Amino acid sequence: MKQIAITANGLTMRFGSLVAVDSVDLEIEKGSIYGFLGPNGSGKSTTIRMLCGLLRPSSGSATVIGMDTKKESELLKQKIGYMTQRFSLYEDLSVKENLQFISEIYAVPRKERKQRVAQLLESFSLTDRAKQRSGTLSGGQKQRLALAAATLHKPEILFLDEPTSAVDPQNRRDFWEVLFELAEQGTTILVSTHYMDEAARCHRLAILDEGVKVADGSPRQLGESISSHVVEIEADDLNSARLCLMKNQEISSITQLGIKLRIMIPKTVSDPLQLVNSTLRGENIEVKAEQVFPDLEDIFVSVTQQRRKEIGA
Amino acid sequence: MKSLIRIFAVMRKEFLQLSRDRLTFGMIVGIPLIQLLMFGYAINTDVRNLSAAYVDESDTHLSRQFIADITASQVIVMKQRVANAFELEQLLNAGSISIGIAIPEDFDRRVLARDRQAAQLLVDGTDPIIVGVAQQLAAMPVRFDSQAKPPHKAAILEVRNYYNPERRSAVNIVPGLVGVILTMTMVLFTAVAIVREKERGNLELLINTPIKTPELMLGKISPYILIGLIQLSLILGLGWYFFQVPIRGSLIHVLAAALVFIAANLSLGLLISTVAATQFQAMQMTFFFFLPSILISGFMFPFDGMPAAAQNVAEFLPLTHFNRLIRGIILRGADITSMLDELLALAIFTVVALTLAILRFSKRLD
Repeated sequence: MKQIAITANGLTMRFGSLVAVDSVDLEIEKGSIYGFLGPNGSGKSTTIRMLCGLLRPSSGSATVIGMDTKKESELLKQKIGYMTQRFSLYEDLSVKENLQFISEIYAVPRKERKQRVAQLLESFSLTDRAKQRSGTLSGGQKQRLALAAATLHKPEILFLDEPTSAVDPQNRRDFWEVLFELAEQGTTILVSTHYMDEAARCHRLAILDEGVKVADGSPRQLGESISSHVVEIEADDLNSARLCLMKNQEISSITQLGIKLRIMIPKTVSDPLQLVNSTLRGENIEVKAEQVFPDLEDIFVSVTQQRRKEIGA
Repeated sequence: MKSLIRIFAVMRKEFLQLSRDRLTFGMIVGIPLIQLLMFGYAINTDVRNLSAAYVDESDTHLSRQFIADITASQVIVMKQRVANAFELEQLLNAGSISIGIAIPEDFDRRVLARDRQAAQLLVDGTDPIIVGVAQQLAAMPVRFDSQAKPPHKAAILEVRNYYNPERRSAVNIVPGLVGVILTMTMVLFTAVAIVREKERGNLELLINTPIKTPELMLGKISPYILIGLIQLSLILGLGWYFFQVPIRGSLIHVLAAALVFIAANLSLGLLISTVAATQFQAMQMTFFFFLPSILISGFMFPFDGMPAAAQNVAEFLPLTHFNRLIRGIILRGADITSMLDELLALAIFTVVALTLAILRFSKRLD
C-alpha cells in the first residue's frame, strides 16, 4: 500500500466574511507531485500556508508526515521546505551567502555545511554565480536559488507556491526535471500553479475554485470524468462557424485556439460530432471536425462551470 | 548549540547586509557627527548679541554712559536709536529687535531720587530665554563717573557653580546628546531592520524555518549593540575634542549605563517592529516616541521645572533615566552604584518591552 504524506479534513480558512478556503479534503501520496490548479484568489496559497503551519485553519485539520499542523508546526518546520511565491531570500547577499545562511539556520553540522552548499550550487548550475548578489539574478536563476534553499535541509515535503510565474519556458522545463528527480528520491511535492501545461505534469492534482476543491485525480482521470465531450473543428471561416454554433443551445462553450475552435458539448449528447456537423451543415459551412481528449483547460472550464451552475440553481 | 549557530547566522547576515547598505552605514557615523557639531555649537542657553534699539529722551551724559555700559555687556547689540517709544514698539512688533530700551526725559533725576524705575526695558516675551536675559540687564548698575560709586549692597547668596564654572552649554548638551542619538538610531534601526524583512518577504521564509523567535530577535539586535557603542565612543570622543567636555567618572560606569540604555531602546525598536507593517509606519512610530523623549526627558529643559504630570510621563521614558545617569557619571563623576534606581528603571523597561515583543511576534502569518 502507498504511504500517505499529507491528509487534510475539512480544511477551512475564513478572513472576516470571506471564505478563502472552504472545507478542503486532501490525501497526498508520499513521493508524488501533487498540483493545485486554480486562478488567482482560488485559495491555493492559503491552503499551502495552512499545511505549512503558517496559518491556523479556522476549522478542519491537517496532518503532514504524521504531524498535526496546529500542534506540531515547529517540529514540522525541520521536515518541510517552502518556496514562497515571491523571491524571499536576501537580495543584498550573494548566492553563496544566502545558501550558507540557510544552512546555518537549519543548523546543518559545520563539517557538512560547506559541502552541502557546494553540492547545491553544482546541481542547480549556480556555481559560476556563487559570488553574485542574488538581487541581480535573472528570474530563472532566482528560482533555482530559491529551490536550492528550500531543499538544502533535505525536506521530506516540499511546498512550492507558484514557483514558475517569472520564468521562461526552457527554465520551466529544467525546473520540472529537478522536481521529478526529487520526487523519485522520495520527496513529496505540492505545487500550486495556474499554468495548465505545468499542472498536466503532476501525478495528481486538485482543481480549486473560490476556495472549493471542485475536482481531483490524475490528469487522465480528470479528463475522463468531466461531463463534456470536446470537439475540435478546423474551418476556412471560423467566425461564421462560431456564430452558427453559438445559436445551438446544447453547446456549452466555444473557444478559439489559433486556426481551430474548441467546442464543449455535455455528455448527455450521445454523438457530439454529428451534432456539430449537422448544425453547421444547416448553414452550409464546411468544417473538419474531430473529437479529442479533454485537456486541463477544458477540465478546468467544465468543472468550474458546473459548480457555478450548481450554486446558481 | 543549534540555538547559538542560528543566532550567529542571523548576526553574521545582519553585519553583511549592514556593510553593504551604505546609507545606514553613513547614518551610524553621520548622525552622531552632524548632530554633535550642530547642537554643540548651536544650542546655547547663555544668550548673547540680542538685537536692540533705544530711545534716549533725556540725552545727558549719564544716559549716554548707561547705554554704553549696556552695550559693553555684549548681551545686546545696539542696532539703532529711534525718536520715541512708539517707534520702539513698532520695531519690537516687526521682530527686528528683541529688546528695546526707553530712557525718559527725567532719567537723571529718577536715578538720583531712586524712588522708582529710571528707565524701561521692552522685551519680546515670546521667548522665555530672552526674558531671562533681560532680567540680567535690569540689574545693571548705573555708574556716576564724576561721583563716588553708590553704596554697593552685598548679595545675600553667593553663587558657586559646580561642575561647569564657565557655564558652557556644550558641557550639558554633549552627554545628553549621547542619549538622544542612541534613542533615535537604536529604536529606528531595529524597528526598520525587522519591518524591512517583513516588507521584502524574507520573514515569510524565516518563519518557515526552525529558527525560534528569541533566536531571531537576539541575532537581529546584537549587531546594533556594537553600533550603539561605536556611536557612544564617537560622541564622547568628539565632545571631548571639540567642546572639551570632560569625563569625570569611570569609563566602565559609562559603558554599563550605556549598555542598559541601548538594551532598552533595542527592545522598544523590536516592539515597534512587531506592530508596524511598513518601514514608513515604523519610522512614524519611532518619531512619536522620539519627540517627547527629547522634550521632556530633561535633555532640553530642566526636569524639575516641568509640571508633575509631565514628570510622571517622563519617568516612563528611558532617556530620562539615562540622562540622569550619564550626566551624573560624566559631569559630576558620580558612581553608578549611587544611581541604581535609574539602572533598575531602564532594566524594567527592557524586560517589559522585550517580553511584549516576543509575545507579539508570531511565527505565523495570521
